[in-house]
Amino acid sequence: MSRRARLTLFAIAGPGLAAVLIIGFRGLPAFGDYHDVYGLVVNGVELSMRHATDYVTALNFDVRAFDTLGEEYILFASVLGVTLLLRVMRGEDEEYRAAEHGMSGSSDAVRLAALLLIPSLIALGVYLVIHGALTPGGGFQGGIVLAAAPAAILIAGRYLELKVLCPTRAIEAAEGIGALGYCLLGLGGLIFASVYFKNFLPAGNPGQLLSAGFMPLNSIAVGLEVMGAFLIVWTAFLDQALLVRRRTGEAT
Amino acid sequence: MTVLQIVALAAVALGGGAVALTSDPLRQTLVLGIFGLTLVFLFFAFQAPDVALSEIVVGTIGLPLIVVATLRKIAEQERTRPSDEDAE
Repeated sequence: MSRRARLTLFAIAGPGLAAVLIIGFRGLPAFGDYHDVYGLVVNGVELSMRHATDYVTALNFDVRAFDTLGEEYILFASVLGVTLLLRVMRGEDEEYRAAEHGMSGSSDAVRLAALLLIPSLIALGVYLVIHGALTPGGGFQGGIVLAAAPAAILIAGRYLELKVLCPTRAIEAAEGIGALGYCLLGLGGLIFASVYFKNFLPAGNPGQLLSAGFMPLNSIAVGLEVMGAFLIVWTAFLDQALLVRRRTGEAT
Repeated sequence: MTVLQIVALAAVALGGGAVALTSDPLRQTLVLGIFGLTLVFLFFAFQAPDVALSEIVVGTIGLPLIVVATLRKIAEQERTRPSDEDAE
């Protein structure tokens, strides 16, 4: 299509889209004006029936825990796809000397900052996972913060030490155990409360660490899976960028 | 709508435009990280701290790290490819 034909098409389609959008937006409720029944019912039920003070976590890990199962496995399947695509192919080698050589540019100050970042990120991540039902946070948020902690080693320019600290087998195990654990918690609901993903643990006192039924357990399972998933994807990409080299002297 | 929310929306609009208008992919990744931070501010201003927490890590480390690694791999392949053809 020539440039002129494309511009003509846009001259017709652009205002048309704008008109439809304006008509659509005019029909929206006013800003901050919520009338749906579902949200109001959920907001009314979370604290009284589930003893959770963070409603977002309560929605994710209890009321709609089954939806979260689907999301978990979307993540799981995409990580599987990434590792499959980025595996070491025939005619390629992993070169371990090249990695440190290529990343030795970071200064002492950056290394010290990374050293301080790692423990604080781990502490924050664990806090977010465990306090999911009480304060903003939860398994997903805490999991990626936990995954970011080893990534700080990368800022310090020591990629191979990241691989020593987080061996592939360990992060794969974390992801698998998290995904399986979440499934089993749902199965616990089926066994002890006769509905898949129905809460089967005592609700406890609202605001205390051990409260909100099985939400903290769900949060830990999701946290493990998300941490493993992000570390697998990052190391898969970084392996390709820093370690994997095409074998020299072999025609491709 | 509060002033903070209007500022957040404006920052996101400007940031999104800046990402699209940056032509060099490496610089674009940096701008993308800053755009992620404006999104964090937006989610926070609109009372969604849970989403803001995930966006901090996804927007500033998660996505840029993958893009930078890919750019490095592409640059390296383009460096080695001509020499391969010379050898044949």
